[in-house]
Amino acid sequence: MADIVELQAKNLNFYYAGNVHSLKQINVSAHRNTVTALIGPSGCGKTTLLRCFNRMHDLYPKNRYEGEILFENNNILSDGVDIIKLRSRIGMVFQKPTPFPMTIFDNIAYGLKLNGISKRSELSERVEKALKNAALWDEVRDKLNVSAYDLSGGQQQRLVIARALAVEPDILLFDEPTSALDPISTGKIEELLVQLKNDVSIIIVTHNMQQAARISDWTGFMMLGELIEYDKTDKMFTAPSEKLTEDYITGRFG
Amino acid sequence: MNIDQKRRIESIVALTLSTLAALSGMFWLVFILGDVLVRGIGALTPSLFLNDPTPAGVSGGGLRNAFVGQLMITGVATLIGVPIGILGGTFLAEYARGTKVAQAISVLSDIMVSVPSIVVGTFIYAIMVKPVGHFNGWAGAVALAVIMIPVVLRTTEDMLSLVPWTLREAAFALGAPYYKVIIQVVYRGAATGILTGILLSIARVAGETAPLLFTSFNNSFMSTDMRGSMASLTASIFQYAMGPYDEWHIQAWGASFVITVFILLITIAGRLIIKWRYK
Repeated sequence: MADIVELQAKNLNFYYAGNVHSLKQINVSAHRNTVTALIGPSGCGKTTLLRCFNRMHDLYPKNRYEGEILFENNNILSDGVDIIKLRSRIGMVFQKPTPFPMTIFDNIAYGLKLNGISKRSELSERVEKALKNAALWDEVRDKLNVSAYDLSGGQQQRLVIARALAVEPDILLFDEPTSALDPISTGKIEELLVQLKNDVSIIIVTHNMQQAARISDWTGFMMLGELIEYDKTDKMFTAPSEKLTEDYITGRFG
Repeated sequence: MNIDQKRRIESIVALTLSTLAALSGMFWLVFILGDVLVRGIGALTPSLFLNDPTPAGVSGGGLRNAFVGQLMITGVATLIGVPIGILGGTFLAEYARGTKVAQAISVLSDIMVSVPSIVVGTFIYAIMVKPVGHFNGWAGAVALAVIMIPVVLRTTEDMLSLVPWTLREAAFALGAPYYKVIIQVVYRGAATGILTGILLSIARVAGETAPLLFTSFNNSFMSTDMRGSMASLTASIFQYAMGPYDEWHIQAWGASFVITVFILLITIAGRLIIKWRYK
C-alpha cells in the first residue's frame, strides 16, 4: 500500500487560555490507512494534540495555535478554514460514550442530516452501513427505534463510532475510547479499529501501552508537551531510540 | 451518667423536636387543604362554572367570567414568560457560560424569584395601567409573566448545565453549528427538566392575587377583551371572601377549591415527569 501522509503537524505549538504553553514544536504525521497511537504519561499533551486536529480547542476562548497542520495540502489552522466542514471530514470519538438523547437510528442519522441528507431511504441505507461497519448492526437491527441510552457502555461506544463513520470522514480521532469500558468491550473496539483502518486513517490517544502495541502501526511518545519520539510501532516497542521512551515503555515511570 | 446514656438522651430530644416541628407544619397544611376541600366541594355547582355573577344579593350567580379571565391571563402570561425564560436561560448556560454577566444575571434572577409579587404588581401598574388610564388584562398577564421569567430562566439554566459538556463536543465533532447543537441535542437532553420548570412556574403564578389587583383588577361581567379590566379567580376570591354575603363566601370556597386542585395537578404532573425521567 502506498504510503501517503494524510495529516501532518509542522512546528505546532499550542497555548491554553492565552499563555499555558501546552504543545511545543510538534512535528508528526499520520499516514493514510494506518493507526497512529499517541502515548505518554498523564498531562503530557497527547489529548491536547489530538484536539488540535479537528480544532476542538476553538470552542473555548483564548486558546491559540502556532505552526501548521496540513490536511490535503491546506493548513487547517489558517483563518479562512471552514471548521464545521473540517469536523465532518475529521471525526472524533471521546473517552466516555456520548450517545445523543434520541433513538439509535436518529443518533446515526444526525451527522447525515447535518450534511443535508434527508431522504428516508438514503438515511436508512447509510445508517445500516455505518452500523455494520461498527460491528453493531446484528445487535441493534431490531431496535433501531429505542433510545440509545438502553445500550450497554460498549455498545454505546460502537454506536458513537458508527455515528462518526456515517458521514464518511477521512480521519477518525479517538480519545482513549476504551478507558471507560470492560475488557470484552475493549477487545471488540480494538478489533474494530484494526478493521476500520481500511476505510479511514485513525489517530488514537491511549493510556494503555499494550493497546498501542496491539493495534497501531505508528506510535508517538509524548512528555511535557513535547513529542519525544515518533516511529513505527514495532520499532518503538522493541528498539526505541530515546532513553526516555525506553524508560516509559518498560514501566520505569508514568 | 455515662457517655452512652447521654448520647441516647440527646438522640431522643433531637428526634422529638424535629418530629414536633414536622407535625406542626403538617397540621396547618392539612387543616388548610382539608378546609378548602370540605367547604369547596360543597360549593361546586354547575352554576358556579356556567353563570356570570349576579348583582349583589341576587342568588344564582357564578364565576364563569373569572374562570375564563384566569385562563386567558395565565395563558398569555405563559406565552410571554416561557419563551423569554427559556431563551434567557439558554443564553446564560450556553453563550455566556462562565462569564461575569451570566453570573450577575443568575444572581439577579434568584433575587427576582423572591421579590414580593405585590412589588411586581405596582411596577406593572406604573408602566402599563397608569399610562392608559384603566386596568387591563394585558397588564395582568405581563405581571404574571414577569414573575414567571426568573423561575423558568433559572430552571432552564440549571437543566442545561446538567447536560454533560462532552455531549456538546460530540455534536460539534460531527460538524454541527452551535445553534443546532443546542436545539437538537442539548434541549433534548434537558427537555423533561425544562418542562417541569415551566409547569412549576405556571403553578407558581396561577395562585397570585396581589399583582392582578393592581393590573387586571376585576370585572363583574364576562369579558374576553384583554384591553379592559378582567376577572380572575384569585381576585374574585379576594373580593368575595371580604364581602358580606353568604353566597359570595360559598362561591369563594368553590373558587379556592378549583384553583388549589389546578395547582396541585400541575405540581403532581411536574413531579411525575421528574420521576419518569430519572427512574
